[in-house]
Amino acid sequence: MIQAKINGIDIKVKEGTSILDAAKKVNINIPTLCKHPDLDATAACGICIVKVKGGNKMLRSCCTPLEKGMDIITHDDELQEARRTVIQLILSNHPNDCLQCARNNNCELQRLAADFGIRTVAFPHVAKELPQDSSSKTINLVPDKCILCGRCVQVCQQMQDVWALSFLERGFQTRISPAGDINLSESPCVRCGQCSAHCPTGAIAEFDQTPEVWKALYDPNKYCVVQIAPAVRVAIGEAFGYPEGANLTGKLYAALRRLGFKAVFDTSFAADLTVMEEAAEFVQRFAHGKGVLPLITSCCPAWVDFMEKFYPDMVKHFSSAKSPHEMLGVLSKTYYAQQNAIDPATIYMVSIMPCTAKKYEIQRSEEMYASGYPDINVSLTTRELARMIKQSGIDFMHLPEAQPDHVLGEYTGAGVIFGATGGVMEAALRTAHYMVTGTDADKVDFENVRGLKGVKETEVNIKGNKIKIAIAHGLENVEYVLRRVQKAIAEKTELPYHFIEVMACPGGCVGGGGQPYGATDKLRVARAHGLYKEDDDKELQYSHHNPYIKKVYKEFLEKPLSEKSHKLLHTHYTGRPLYKK
Amino acid sequence: MDTQVNGNTKVDIKGLAEKWKGKRGNLIMILHEIQNHYGYVPREVSLQLSEVLDVPLARIYEVITFYNFFKLEPPGKHTISVCMGTACYLKGGAKLLDEIKNMFAVEEGQTTKDGLFHLQVVRCLGCCGLAPVMMIDGKIFGKVKPDELMNILSPYVKGEV
Repeated sequence: MIQAKINGIDIKVKEGTSILDAAKKVNINIPTLCKHPDLDATAACGICIVKVKGGNKMLRSCCTPLEKGMDIITHDDELQEARRTVIQLILSNHPNDCLQCARNNNCELQRLAADFGIRTVAFPHVAKELPQDSSSKTINLVPDKCILCGRCVQVCQQMQDVWALSFLERGFQTRISPAGDINLSESPCVRCGQCSAHCPTGAIAEFDQTPEVWKALYDPNKYCVVQIAPAVRVAIGEAFGYPEGANLTGKLYAALRRLGFKAVFDTSFAADLTVMEEAAEFVQRFAHGKGVLPLITSCCPAWVDFMEKFYPDMVKHFSSAKSPHEMLGVLSKTYYAQQNAIDPATIYMVSIMPCTAKKYEIQRSEEMYASGYPDINVSLTTRELARMIKQSGIDFMHLPEAQPDHVLGEYTGAGVIFGATGGVMEAALRTAHYMVTGTDADKVDFENVRGLKGVKETEVNIKGNKIKIAIAHGLENVEYVLRRVQKAIAEKTELPYHFIEVMACPGGCVGGGGQPYGATDKLRVARAHGLYKEDDDKELQYSHHNPYIKKVYKEFLEKPLSEKSHKLLHTHYTGRPLYKK
Repeated sequence: MDTQVNGNTKVDIKGLAEKWKGKRGNLIMILHEIQNHYGYVPREVSLQLSEVLDVPLARIYEVITFYNFFKLEPPGKHTISVCMGTACYLKGGAKLLDEIKNMFAVEEGQTTKDGLFHLQVVRCLGCCGLAPVMMIDGKIFGKVKPDELMNILSPYVKGEV
């Protein structure tokens, strides 16, 4: 332990703790624009400077460890003046069009300028005038607004191991750009959106599709329906002042009805359906030897894109089951339309997702039009929905809770935990156990698949069969898992795993790239807790016990992996080039 | 693996990778050899290099664009270097640069459409006494006045040099 002083307050911290982190422990927030708790310190912005008493050097607190006996000053006139100068220098090269910015009211630079009361900028303004890039239709790059903090580059290159983004050139000319100066859509980008979730300014934001949705909602010839993903309910509250992890399912349903949606569905229902299909697929491969092992989950579109680009040799290991929101989309325009005698051509399906990659997934292949129409018309992020609710004048806080529409809105606890890393695996194992043994597992929770460890490996025993599983989240963790599989296959040795779950974003969908800003591990845990709590509170915790799932199979889909299921609920994968230019 | 660029010249990327394998800073050394060969680093060569070295294209372009030495566009037949060091700047280097830009409708760092001239700015050629200085393919021209540019450049345009 290191003993030192910060602003005269005695402090004891673990060796190696940065001054920035140490200060937080005694309730001192040193401002910074580049350091993010998820990422290594890069000392890029120069705002977190501090002094050691008696010395005249300014140290960057993000990358300076607290040392024994140090007497740190975090705020004095000289430090504040230096910070003010740095902020002004940034503003002198920033568009400063806050009112029209995607991050208006939610920008770290704007907040800092406000806190420091910057009223004038002492330097002449130099505009960058770099072109915007909306080519991916999922993520918008606005390099003019970039303050060169380097978070997105670190996220893309290290945390996600995608290497779509980089800095190009140097000095005053430095700019962010997709790999080798091409458009984002031509780059290896998998659209996970973690860059947008970590960007401190409006330089990277989601591709805003709220105008299309407003237009559809006001169109009398359209029958607008909506679905919400599990992870949305435990994060949207952050936009309305709720405590971290608050589960606002009922209020969300109510708000969506007030926005004008004629039917409100829940993606968790389709998660139950995914479990049925995927567990059946696993049992077929594991117990009946039909198809290769390990089986790899495919609910995450950024992961699917990553696999198609970086591991095309793994295509045959992927579950052919579509992601839940796609399944719900196709059912809304087939089963639901038939049951309610609605012309599917008029149905306009909006999915509310914690995710930017879902915007890409809905046009991924022809199979996303299995109903004969676009199965999903538009996919919005949690952030976009929060804006729509605010814009519509709905008093979200005081809104009475509502219910979802029947059948496609009814779900079990297994469906709702899809939003957390390990959730898909846990839900699928609950049902796989039933499919193999005919009984439910005694213990509903497969606890060691939960939590934020990058790779979770464990064994589950089903009727004497040891099922070896791995769960990875955050794409940097995929390599370890897949290399082990590739090695075993190449050397014809025992497979390290039978079943693998991967989610592209750290924490799974609760930490998705389309979620409200400011995610840290603490927040990811709180959001996941909100989902696990709902699972605990649910009367039904097994997808196969969902009476409405049974109903849909009986009335429409026949049984898991039936011909009809295959036609509507399954898809194919194919290797894709890393660089299109 | 041989690669074909612009129809005639080739560079053996796999051989280069083998030569520099396991050595620190090998990417820069290989890029040097490629640049020396072509006069620039063609995109298709970068893409192949990315595959052979298992280095992301993003990293290769970070390096190429960071160092002034590396070029992404084919150089012109002749390179005009205008000095903008302090002395040359004070003696009217900027006027020379503007005049050349106007004459050939080219910006600094670019090559004229006909591929004849590549225009670049340099900082000090080491003969400040001759300011303002410009250099064409290694030949120094000192105390240049804007109205002399036509005479200096016309032999190159006519193909006499």
